[in-house]
Amino acid sequence: MEVAFLIEKVVLVTVIFAISLGVAAYSTLAERKIAAFLQGRVGPHRAGWHGSLQPLADGGKMFFKEEIIPAESSAFLFILGPSLALLTACIGSAVIPWGQSIEVAGRVIELQVTDINVGILYIFGVVSLGVYGIMIGGWASNNKFSLMGAIRAASQNISYEIAMGLSLIALLMMSGTLSLKDIAAQQHGFWEGGYIWDGGYFTWNFFKQPLGFLLFIICAFAECNRTPFDLPESENELVAGYHTEYSGFKLGAYLFSEYINMFVSSAVMATLYWGGYNYPFMDLASSAFGPTLAAILGVVVLFMKIFFFIFFFMWIRWTIPRFRYDQLLHLGWKVLIPLAIANIVITGIVINIINYL
Amino acid sequence: MESLSNRKKVLEQKPMSFMERIYLPSIFKGLAITFRHMFKKKETVFYPEQTRPVSENWRGMHSLKRDENGKERCTACGLCALACPAEAITMTAAERKKGEEHLYREEKYAAVYEVNMLRCIFCGLCEEACPKEAIYLDGPVVTADYLRKDFIYGKDKLVESPFKS
Repeated sequence: MEVAFLIEKVVLVTVIFAISLGVAAYSTLAERKIAAFLQGRVGPHRAGWHGSLQPLADGGKMFFKEEIIPAESSAFLFILGPSLALLTACIGSAVIPWGQSIEVAGRVIELQVTDINVGILYIFGVVSLGVYGIMIGGWASNNKFSLMGAIRAASQNISYEIAMGLSLIALLMMSGTLSLKDIAAQQHGFWEGGYIWDGGYFTWNFFKQPLGFLLFIICAFAECNRTPFDLPESENELVAGYHTEYSGFKLGAYLFSEYINMFVSSAVMATLYWGGYNYPFMDLASSAFGPTLAAILGVVVLFMKIFFFIFFFMWIRWTIPRFRYDQLLHLGWKVLIPLAIANIVITGIVINIINYL
Repeated sequence: MESLSNRKKVLEQKPMSFMERIYLPSIFKGLAITFRHMFKKKETVFYPEQTRPVSENWRGMHSLKRDENGKERCTACGLCALACPAEAITMTAAERKKGEEHLYREEKYAAVYEVNMLRCIFCGLCEEACPKEAIYLDGPVVTADYLRKDFIYGKDKLVESPFKS
């Protein structure tokens, strides 16, 4: 292992970590701003220009608040909960391809921390671990509301993980690979093969798997515990759900991990279904500006897609009311899973017909 | 049951149609509504800089009035304190000395006049009780503070500022 490779990866990891924290911090501001706009208010606008320093103020407040560990709680697990939530939120971004390779000082750098060939399985593993942070925190609080929130989170995440996995299988049947880098590369450009009557088609997976994407985004909402699936912290039934007893930085870690999760799942959705870093006329751009600049443009495009999805998360949150718990489980088990299985069957039939032709 | 008023309406609950049951059309309708709201006029009043107009019978902070010559009208008769249902008003009376005629209208005046803003319910009974038209609740909103003692407003805050001449 050469030193340059090590430096490259360390820099990449640091940058991605910093970006995901920065995006998460500003998502808190964006959430409040968007909530305000949708409700005819202006939102926070005192700290800095139009509230641009509000995340720093919020973070500062979280740091300087008193940390309370309830006497009846299990102190070790009480601290472990938010740490685990934050950790699992942060490591998910390791397999996401942020762009094509760029060239710096004669060295080709892949804009992906690691291209493991089971990238999607890794994402699934991290997502499943995410519920442990909530579960441990809620249980360790030794509070009925927290425990209720934790139980809800656990059963909800487990139910929706199945539908999420099944909705992805149809996509994997088409792509034939689990590596996120290959899946992103397969969606090269935007339109492939001339006019539509010459057999041209959209390359992005959304146009091949609209139902799969719908199922996936619903499950992503549920996995991130966002409205309309925010039953684990439903504030008018369970005070604040699993983080009722938390204060100070540990509460901040929980809230922060929710926004990082949102960022990562937006990135996964953009990569899997909306072409990742690909954009229309990218071959033209590559020949005009050179591959490095075109790749950087691709990163910008990916971030635009991610920001759109984050906006969509918030837009949904301030539009749709929360599900009742039995409705939630009904939707997960009796609607999404059968639909996902039907999607697999249809995809299989269509792939076979296309191969036969 | 027989309806006596003939105004009874029987609500029919039809089973939802397929389009209603998949919810997505109504979700998109809702999304369109909230998106439209983003571009509507914002209702926010930027409070300390802007204030909302108040009605004519608005009751805010008390002010102790002066007469047309700039003399304090209050004679410390105590009727406002008597009328006060929340026991918020206290005062100490004093006799006007020679040479203070330009300050106080009558021979007796309030040396100390305190309103406890935590007790006050802004009912306006003191205003009605006052025979000298000396107290009116025509001030701004009473602001928040940190300490209980700071809510006891003395004459320094209550008395109208002297006329500029």
